[in-house]
Amino acid sequence: MSIPAELKYTKDHEWVRVEGDIATVGITSFAQSELGDIVYVDVDTVDETVNKDEVFGSVEAVKTVSDLFMPLSGEVIEFNDGLEDEPEKVNSDPYGEGWMIKIAISDNAELDGLLSADDYKALIEA
Amino acid sequence: MKNTALTHIHEQLGAKMVPFAGYNMPVQYEGINIEHETVRNGVGVFDVSHMGEFLIEGEKALELIQKVTSNDASKLAIGDAQYSCLPNKTGGIVDDLIVYRVKEFTYLLVVNASNIEKDWSWIAENNTMNAEMKNISEGYSLLAIQGPKAVEAMQTLTSEDLSAIKFYTFKVGDFAGIENVIISATGYTGSGGFEIYCKNSEVEQVWNKVFEAGKSFGIKPIGLAARDTLRLEMGYCLYGNDINDTTSPLEAGLGWITKFTKDFTNSEALKQQKETGVTKKLVAFELTEKGIPRQHYTIVDAEGATIGEVTSGTMSPSLKKGIGLGYVKTAFSKRDTEIFIQVRKKAIPAKIVRLPFYKG
Repeated sequence: MSIPAELKYTKDHEWVRVEGDIATVGITSFAQSELGDIVYVDVDTVDETVNKDEVFGSVEAVKTVSDLFMPLSGEVIEFNDGLEDEPEKVNSDPYGEGWMIKIAISDNAELDGLLSADDYKALIEA
Repeated sequence: MKNTALTHIHEQLGAKMVPFAGYNMPVQYEGINIEHETVRNGVGVFDVSHMGEFLIEGEKALELIQKVTSNDASKLAIGDAQYSCLPNKTGGIVDDLIVYRVKEFTYLLVVNASNIEKDWSWIAENNTMNAEMKNISEGYSLLAIQGPKAVEAMQTLTSEDLSAIKFYTFKVGDFAGIENVIISATGYTGSGGFEIYCKNSEVEQVWNKVFEAGKSFGIKPIGLAARDTLRLEMGYCLYGNDINDTTSPLEAGLGWITKFTKDFTNSEALKQQKETGVTKKLVAFELTEKGIPRQHYTIVDAEGATIGEVTSGTMSPSLKKGIGLGYVKTAFSKRDTEIFIQVRKKAIPAKIVRLPFYKG
């Protein structure tokens, strides 16, 4: 199971790539594999400021729907439009073209609460 | 947790296993969409050995079956199968099932795994005429070989002419080197094919030969997840979702298997309901905008007032849109009526459509 070392993670199986004040967020390879074929990514919080751990959208597989949680507080500044027509990119390239949103981080202190790749690996293997 | 006789094979194949009706069952092997597509256009195999099988025998067998089921089993010739349900005394449904007439005085009832004990007690309680009853669920396996290529792919395994077995009829014959196998032209997918009933001790040989024979047809194992999307595209009811102890067969659109040509459990009250009309109906709907309906989502009208509830919903792998079944007030049940499905914070427009969703 791929867990890139340069990313940060959450216990909700999301990954976070921090570049300056911007965080890009997606779901992990483990998460997409558990969900199965993803058919819809619904994000209705673009331009809204959402707190850490609150719901920013949902990801729907054929059989299930799961909430997506903010890994950090901030403004949702972009949704990956490519997922509108090709949500299956979350399955095929979860850390690349399957990214979901970009957040303008409002509190850098929250970064310390994210998991490292090793921590996340331990979590899913537990 | 019970296993089927093939659990070790599913695990070897890398299936994702889930508990279902007390059994450890394969929900998915390669992926739901590819499995769904395989059954729609090729051939796939489901291990559905968790299903329950009861034998009802003797000169009183038909009398008992006529009393507990809603369809008219007196119409069955030897070799015929019939979809039916077990009405309860309070207007609902104990279970839905298939009745097979195997011999003059021998019938096989195939029931849902989750209801085996409930159905058995219910039928036993109604067996005042002392028909012989045997619960053979634990000793029998069931493979569903489904898809448009099933007939051609499986023909080398039997001396029976598979193309001559009509829908909802069956043969008892040789299959995959085993004698006395029930080869039934039934299924829960709408794509044709067979259901094969054999003993647990025989099923591994049958499974292996089915995969050998199907190899050049691209045969694949199919999990319960695709079974659900396949049945939902046809609008087939799933017990526990679309029908239950409180839904009447008439509300559920099962009037066609509710025959008032005979008396059966609660038939007087159901006849009355047919005459006065039902207040809610199970309808099929598709979303006209992006979104996916799910079980228990609320159905609302244009003003946002609740008019019903979704009982089954999914993204249709064949149609690539959100489809579902649900109960609505009768006034909203006509074809093309606009309704709305409450998907989280949004009310997504949908329209009532005719079944099946998937027209082949």
